[in-house]
Amino acid sequence: METQNVNFYYGDNQVLKNITIKIPANRITAIIGPSGCGKSTFLRLFNRMNDILEGARLEGKVLIDGVDIYDDKAIDVAMLRRRVGMVFQRPNPFPMSIFDNVAYGPRIHGLHKKKNLKEIVENALRQAALWDEVKDKLYNSAMELSGGQQQRLCIARCLAVEPEVILMDEPASALDPISTLRIEELMQELKEKYTIVIVTHNMQEAARVSDYTGFIYRGELIEFAPTVDIFEHPQNKLTEEYITGRFG
Amino acid sequence: MEIRRSFETQLQSLKENLMEMGQFVRRMLQKAMQALVEQDIPLAQEVISDDDVADAMDINIETKCIRLIALQQPMAGDLRVIGTVIKVIADLERVGDYSVDIAKTAIRLAGEKYFKPLELISKMANIVDDMIGKALTAFLEKDLQLAQEVCNEDDEIDHIYKNLFDELLDYMRKDPNLIYQATYFLFVARYLERCADHIVNVAERVNYMVTGQLLQLAPSHRSTAEE
Ligand SMILES: Nc1ncnc2c1ncn2[C@@H]1O[C@H](COP(=O)(O)OP(=O)(O)OP(=O)(O)O)[C@@H](O)[C@H]1O
Ligand SMILES: [Mg+2]
Repeated sequence: METQNVNFYYGDNQVLKNITIKIPANRITAIIGPSGCGKSTFLRLFNRMNDILEGARLEGKVLIDGVDIYDDKAIDVAMLRRRVGMVFQRPNPFPMSIFDNVAYGPRIHGLHKKKNLKEIVENALRQAALWDEVKDKLYNSAMELSGGQQQRLCIARCLAVEPEVILMDEPASALDPISTLRIEELMQELKEKYTIVIVTHNMQEAARVSDYTGFIYRGELIEFAPTVDIFEHPQNKLTEEYITGRFG
Repeated sequence: MEIRRSFETQLQSLKENLMEMGQFVRRMLQKAMQALVEQDIPLAQEVISDDDVADAMDINIETKCIRLIALQQPMAGDLRVIGTVIKVIADLERVGDYSVDIAKTAIRLAGEKYFKPLELISKMANIVDDMIGKALTAFLEKDLQLAQEVCNEDDEIDHIYKNLFDELLDYMRKDPNLIYQATYFLFVARYLERCADHIVNVAERVNYMVTGQLLQLAPSHRSTAEE
């Protein structure tokens, strides 16, 4: 998955500047940077979630498996969003049962015709490390779950459609430390099968979970390197100032 | 502009503590050598009791480092400073220990007239003293040039040590009555040579702190004299 010379505008406001990056497959890539620098916008490039916004404009290329995902002749957006799942900052379960939340995607994508739906749901919940907590109340409303459970449910919902990529926009920001660590642990398991990109404001979290880290500042990708390098000896002075908390 | 003022202050005080400890063990070594040369037992005893102070400094600084890591989650350059401090205090602490060894030797030999003046040993001690000073300044000023100089001086130490070794062995062969003293002189030379190696470690850590690279600045710094 990569971007080539991407510029992105909301109207006249350019929020991403000439971003070229290759996101390594089956690895966790963390994107860090100050509020408003363009992290979420960057993340949404990969599932074309920016498209829905009025006045948004993209220059450059975004490729997945070498295919330009903004080429409407080559790509079906609904299909793309199945391949590229997204987990948001605030858990956003649908107001329906736990089971139906997870079964939602497979149903609309017709996946359940191939496999038993119950099996799909159970697998997804197991992968999201939520199964044991909900297996006896699958038909209760998802809204009854705690925040951390809801977030894992959203991850399960995302996994149920068998994506290739998971985008996470501050997935742990509303969670307590234990739930956060659970989700981080989960990510380590998931990366065997998925490519994960996570946006986080928490530097320690980026350091803990990711294999690669990119630092975005004012729409520019300032530095992108293995996480150990970024947190032990970043090459760029701006990166150093940001991660050591000395940003003016 | 300064966001992490309190952290910054603590980091600064950590550096100052390290400099204090460095100057303290440097002074221990100076006193130990003076005690040896001037056969001054009270001064030697002072060095021996100084060791408790050096050990306390070591523990105090290490505790501060661990706390900063736990509470402030330092990153990048800050992390490297703290990692460096933790390593460097261990090396300094060893210099303190060797100073005690020299002081004890001074006490042992205090009643005897030396069969020869301690010229080469004093020369070694002066170089080690210079190395400590330079290594500490290199740490404080992040001066890579100075760190490299420390490592170069170690070659000189190794060279003198080897000469001294041959010379003392010669004396022992010619006159077995000198074996007792000469053996102790040889020990002292060995202690000084080890001190120099620890100071080379300090210089290498300074290099890491500044560049992020862990290098052996003086690959030859391990003594080969006795081989
Ligand atoms: N829908 C939108 N319409 C217009 N401007 C937007 C829109 N969404 C974001 N922006 C602007 O684009 C810039 C980047 O926003 P983005 O949400 O990508 O930042 P971010 O790095 O994710 O910030 P945060 O850490 O606060 O979530 C900001 O200046 C923001 O005001
Ligand atoms: Mg955002």
